[in-house]
Amino acid sequence: MTVDVRQGLEKLAVRLGGAGARLAEAQRLSSGASMETWAFAIEGAGGLEKLILRRRSAPFDPETARSIPLATEAALIVACGANGARAPGVRHVCDEADGLGEAYVMVAVEGETLGRRIVSDPRFDAVRGKLARQCGEALAPIHATPPPPELNLKHSDAAGELARYEEAYRASGAERPILELAFQYLKARVPPPVDPILLHGDFRNGNIMFHPQMGVAAVLDWELAHIGDPAEDMGWICTNSWRFGRPDRPVGGFGDYADLLAGYEAAGGRPIELARVRFWQMLGSLRWGVMCLGMYLSWSSGVSTSVERPMIVRRVSETEADLVVLLEQGL
Amino acid sequence: MITHPRTEELARAVAGWIDEVRPGLDPRNAFLARVAVNVLGVIGRELTQGPAAEASAVEGMAAVLGRAGSFADLNAELCERIRAGELTVETSGLLAVLTAMANDQLAIDQPNYRPEGTPAPGA
Repeated sequence: MTVDVRQGLEKLAVRLGGAGARLAEAQRLSSGASMETWAFAIEGAGGLEKLILRRRSAPFDPETARSIPLATEAALIVACGANGARAPGVRHVCDEADGLGEAYVMVAVEGETLGRRIVSDPRFDAVRGKLARQCGEALAPIHATPPPPELNLKHSDAAGELARYEEAYRASGAERPILELAFQYLKARVPPPVDPILLHGDFRNGNIMFHPQMGVAAVLDWELAHIGDPAEDMGWICTNSWRFGRPDRPVGGFGDYADLLAGYEAAGGRPIELARVRFWQMLGSLRWGVMCLGMYLSWSSGVSTSVERPMIVRRVSETEADLVVLLEQGL
Repeated sequence: MITHPRTEELARAVAGWIDEVRPGLDPRNAFLARVAVNVLGVIGRELTQGPAAEASAVEGMAAVLGRAGSFADLNAELCERIRAGELTVETSGLLAVLTAMANDQLAIDQPNYRPEGTPAPGA
């Protein structure tokens, strides 16, 4: 069933803005494989209200999906926001009456999400040095939020993640000696277990709204939230694939490990050893490599026909080039 | 192979045409067109750099494994023996060979990617 999003937004304008309100503007921002984002504004009695619609554009299978339903994502954002996290304000969770499928509406946040701009655009020169610490500060309240039990979030730990990605790697049929070596290396160095806590699950440069003066404005894209090791979120933002051409600045291409860890502790996070972050960072490169490999099957089987799919599989070699250096440096 | 034009030149010609029409496309197709240009870049580099990269990989893997063979054959055995724990990061020469293979492949797939350990630009 195709959904006319613009028509849905017109209806939504009346529902959210009250009598006389109308849709002032609507623009599709991005379309991922399964998710769409729309920027829109409602003009009503109270003036212009700028909003963001996030909706699923492909069918969702809760059994096989790693991601969570959008209503769960919205509930999680509300819970973390109430606990002091920089999360966007949830304005409305869509229901059947809206005719928009699985979707929710957030209050628009001003800033930039494009990783490369945050790393290299002069507009961010003044604030860039503060971002790693702010990212640590931003993670602490998320990790301190008790996961609402009714949301049934998935659990994972390092050994489990390695097993899951190794299975996905084997299923791909590819033979990549560097990935094989990284699996063996990491399996022999799984850190001791910690008390599992709520994780954002996709905390990296590209999923954070940064303001050129203020820095971290909002943490976005919560669909991979789960329960696990806090160092997982830290390692992922340090994975070189998300440093956008600045490998010399390990946190997101903008900052240093020490600032990330210090910000986390200063905001009340339980101290995390750098070695543990580096383990998850290396697992992050391996994870991204396996995720890219997985896109080959979705293209070769005909599920996805976009030229983007086979090309992204060629990003596996970036993770291999990163992994050999990490293997050489050692954990 | 004929030289007028070489295959990589054909790929470059198509990429040039896509770049010409790209400004007139809607945002989604403009993005996909840029991806397509990158694909043609990979094809061109694989044609010109691929044979040397493969020969060098075969030589490196043969040295580690102590026997001759084709790329697919040696690559499969390398994977198997790493998985079995017979070859590890401690194995003399293994990481050097894997590093050379990774960098050669990266030079084909994404020559502008800056791997872990690359110093700051201009440093």
